[in-house]
Amino acid sequence: MIFDWNVVTYAAPLLAHGVVMTLQVSAVAAVLALMIGIAAGLASLSSSRVLRGVIRVYVEFVRGTPLLIQIFLVFFALPVLGVRFSEFWAGVVALAFNAGAYIAEVVRGTVGAVEKGQSEAAMSIGMTRHGALIWVLLPQAWRPMIPALTNDLITLTKNSSLLSVISVYELTRAGQAIIATHFAPFEIYLLLALYYWALISALAWASRRIERALPQW
Amino acid sequence: MNLLEARGITKRFGARTVLDGVDLLVRERETVVIIGASGSGKTTLLRCLNRLETPDAGSTRIADVTLGQRSDGRAADERELARQRTLFGFVFQRFNLFPHLTALRNVALGPRRVLGVTPREAERRAAVELTRLGLADHLHKRPSQLSGGQQQRVAIARALAMDPRVMLFDEPTSALDPELVQEVLDAMRQLASEGMTMVVVTHEMRFARHAADRVLFMADGRIVEEGPPAGLFSAPRDARLQRFLRHLEPAS
Ligand SMILES: Nc1ncnc2c1ncn2[C@@H]1O[C@H](COP(=O)(O)OP(=O)(O)O)[C@@H](O)[C@H]1O
Ligand SMILES: [Mg+2]
Repeated sequence: MIFDWNVVTYAAPLLAHGVVMTLQVSAVAAVLALMIGIAAGLASLSSSRVLRGVIRVYVEFVRGTPLLIQIFLVFFALPVLGVRFSEFWAGVVALAFNAGAYIAEVVRGTVGAVEKGQSEAAMSIGMTRHGALIWVLLPQAWRPMIPALTNDLITLTKNSSLLSVISVYELTRAGQAIIATHFAPFEIYLLLALYYWALISALAWASRRIERALPQW
Repeated sequence: MNLLEARGITKRFGARTVLDGVDLLVRERETVVIIGASGSGKTTLLRCLNRLETPDAGSTRIADVTLGQRSDGRAADERELARQRTLFGFVFQRFNLFPHLTALRNVALGPRRVLGVTPREAERRAAVELTRLGLADHLHKRPSQLSGGQQQRVAIARALAMDPRVMLFDEPTSALDPELVQEVLDAMRQLASEGMTMVVVTHEMRFARHAADRVLFMADGRIVEEGPPAGLFSAPRDARLQRFLRHLEPAS
């Protein structure tokens, strides 16, 4: 087998477009996932049994079904119910829905692990349980949350490659298109792996920076 | 006229009755000290008063509010109960300061997030309370940068910033190094002399002797003896109180 450098030099800049799309879809999904996850995580610590039950079902559903099926549900099944997304937004929604559940578990774990005296102190100055969660417990949980959150966001970014199946023109899809015309799977898939690896490394590096920048006490 | 009237407070944990129909009446500006052996129910009583713990029976009236009840007699929801809780200030044995916030923010948080005053006004109030407690030089320090005695005074300021009618203290000095105890007791005595109504659980007998208007002795979930400190300490009647005081003597 001869390694074809020509196809690599040809593909590298083309794949950059895919990288941009991967970054876009992952970043938007990450923001949405964080909002869903934090809200759901706090809700699962709330005093409302109904709310806790709903979150339980959500998390179990996400954990108990393949992401690919979740993507198909959003892209092919929801339109039957009249909810229609573009490929991009279907991808964002599916990734966020998926990662949100894992983030909810992280939030529940870390916020719930803050010492009990803290919520009692918050209640002693007149806060409700919800007030204590938001103003006292959550702020103390940010820093311990970062490593696990990073994992979930890394997974989300890697999972974005599955969106190639619904024709989101992200990195994996872009690579497949080149393979289809140039038939160089070895070079292109290797290149794809390198691109993902660079992306994920950058993410992990940023996460360490953020963790270090957050105040400790 | 009593500012605080708790009647028949009963609390069970599983099969165990930890509080057995306790009545506690406190007049405005009065300082009541509660003493008793470990496990006699002192902490649970304080926690039942401000509803950190829900009593199984009994009622608590403070000013003209019955805890857990709205003025029309219906059951209070969580938000209403939380608001009623601010009639009490609570000082914990282990301070329970918010470790991620400066002293100033610790004290300002309640006014800011519960009373809804502006950040500027909340911090102004916090600074006033902290200064009153001799902490003007430590406004911007985190709890971990403060001594235990300073932390407990921040905790007192945090409670006072909510403008409570009655202050509850649960062994406020028992987690402190001995040399730091006095500064906290001094702050409490000053508070009492300014007319604050206080219920204090403590093993500091000197404080009880000098600052208390009345001392209550708890045993097995009941108040078994009470009276002005002079009489109660010099002529205890209940055998358990006699034993309790004898055991304390070497320490105090
Ligand atoms: N949350 C709880 N669950 C079970 N038992 C408890 C709980 N809190 C207190 N107790 C028990 O109630 C009794 C009284 O406790 P406490 O009020 O803390 O006493 P004190 O403050 O006088 O030492 C103790 O036997 C204690 O073990
Ligand atoms: Mg106790």
